[in-house]
Amino acid sequence: MMTLAKGRTGIPPWMSPPSIWVRAVKAIVIVLIVITMIYPLVYVIAMSFAAPSQARAGVVFPTEFSLDAYRAIFNGGTVTQGLLNSLFITVVGTLLSLAATSMLAWGLARTRQVPGAKAVLIMVLATMFFGAGIIPNFMLIKYLGLLDSTWSLIIPGLISAFNMIVIRNFFQGLPEELIEAARIDGAGEWRIFLQIVLPLSKPVLAVMGLFYAVGYWNTYFNALLYINDAEKWPIQVVLQQYVLAGVAIPGAVVSPDQPPPPGVTLQMAVIVLATLPILIVYPFLQRYFTSGVLTGAIKG
Amino acid sequence: MSVKTAARPETRTARASGPSAPKRKTTLRQRVWRERWSYTFIVPGALFFLVFAYVPMAGNVIAFQEYSPFRGIEGSPWVGFANFNAIWTDPEILQALRNTLIIAVLQLVFAFPAPIALALLLNSLLSDKVKRFVQTIVYLPHFLSWVIVISVWQQVLGGGGLVAGVLDGMGMPGFDAMTNADTFKLLVVAQGMWKDVGWGTIIFFAAIAGIPSDRYEAAAIDGATPWQRTWHITLPALVPVATLLLILNIGSILTVGFEQLLLQQPMVGAEAAQVLDTFVYFRGVLGGQWGVATAAGLLKGVIGTVLVLSANRLAKRMGGEGIF
Repeated sequence: MMTLAKGRTGIPPWMSPPSIWVRAVKAIVIVLIVITMIYPLVYVIAMSFAAPSQARAGVVFPTEFSLDAYRAIFNGGTVTQGLLNSLFITVVGTLLSLAATSMLAWGLARTRQVPGAKAVLIMVLATMFFGAGIIPNFMLIKYLGLLDSTWSLIIPGLISAFNMIVIRNFFQGLPEELIEAARIDGAGEWRIFLQIVLPLSKPVLAVMGLFYAVGYWNTYFNALLYINDAEKWPIQVVLQQYVLAGVAIPGAVVSPDQPPPPGVTLQMAVIVLATLPILIVYPFLQRYFTSGVLTGAIKG
Repeated sequence: MSVKTAARPETRTARASGPSAPKRKTTLRQRVWRERWSYTFIVPGALFFLVFAYVPMAGNVIAFQEYSPFRGIEGSPWVGFANFNAIWTDPEILQALRNTLIIAVLQLVFAFPAPIALALLLNSLLSDKVKRFVQTIVYLPHFLSWVIVISVWQQVLGGGGLVAGVLDGMGMPGFDAMTNADTFKLLVVAQGMWKDVGWGTIIFFAAIAGIPSDRYEAAAIDGATPWQRTWHITLPALVPVATLLLILNIGSILTVGFEQLLLQQPMVGAEAAQVLDTFVYFRGVLGGQWGVATAAGLLKGVIGTVLVLSANRLAKRMGGEGIF
């Protein structure tokens, strides 16, 4: 259903081939856009591996490389701790979010039959148009005793109304006969959900899982707001401290008898480490862009 | 947005209680009992939204209080609309409002049409491979956090960054786009475009894909140039989607990149980078003036909701499709 999937190789017979000038201008614009998008990232990755002498001199692209920045960072420990914290939040958060979201979506998939379900659906939809604001949320977390707890970064965002609607739409499109047959055979709602609905919904669950995971990995402000204990900071807060606020990374040396790597390469290396998981899951995310699931997701 | 799909007729219902079937009276209690297992799916999620979305909404009552965390909501004195009145005379919040509106308008002018232009450009490419390659690249920044985006921009455009180094080598020292308060608002818009222009094209691609190709064919046979085909066939097909996005944008006109601004405020100063959301954070959570900050946040939320509803009504009145 998307042009990107269908493709239009070659020129349709009614279309006259574009002139050389039009093609040249298009090519230049496209190349500029691609460079603007990708070069900053390539530059940061390359400089994180640059040899100290080159990093200090400031080059457009390094030619001598070293792993010192990474060694120093892993010796320091704070960045490692941040990565581990984020990993925990991402894995546990994504699993809990998927479970909670798909449960609610299945419960609300049959609004006609279940008395009260429509009211709950409207209640959930309304939250997409009016958020409570920073301070009331902060007060709630404080009241619940979740300040300085990793759970404060998972629980408040457990179900996204938007994702719930996307999964619900998918559930409603599942073959009716299959579910009805199971129901006639005496299968309970939970059995239908676990053994029929969920296995049939792998594509949408995968997409939503990836979206939740990216969201959890990128958690920054909630951590700033709720977490004071530096031991519990996710990687994004660590990154902000050491790269944007310019705090020196404690203990970031390769070995005691060697000068520490230049601050620039250390900063670049932290950026790369914080970006790496996103770059790893990106090809999987990308696969679903063409499947149409996402288009449905965006259109709602 | 989603209500349309939600209202899809369900065959099962049509069979059980459709108008043609003779009405079998089942009491509400019987229906609830029959669906008792469904509630085990609904109740936990409903409770979640009640606690984490509706309880905080109720927490906004402190906008009408001289709230202090020690006395709590029960113990803090009620002050009526005093906090709201204070908003209109607070120079800092008026500055924040002005910054918010300037950035929002700049975004509307530059960032809003950008995905449409990019989608049209990519769509006009004849090679499928090139198109997909470019898409892969331009979607990526959407998934990076603001901390990463700004860190990367800092390394490229900041003092001592890539561009500064190159310019220094050419005899032009002192370049630093990240701390320049005069151009900061444009920088904010540029960062937003870098991050989300590609992502924004997806929805327009879907709309373009829905255009029947015989329309183009017929137009070409009638002698329409490629430009004319774009102008008279493609663009009109994008209007409904663009309207929908415009409505949503208008609703969030008072919400401009909170994390993005918060992260960069130390570099350019509050005068250039204070927006309503960051004001609420600094004045309330850090400054301890909970009442005034909450009042500002609440007012912002109410105005946003009113704007979405009015824009939606306006779009419908003008014959277009609204969100709901």
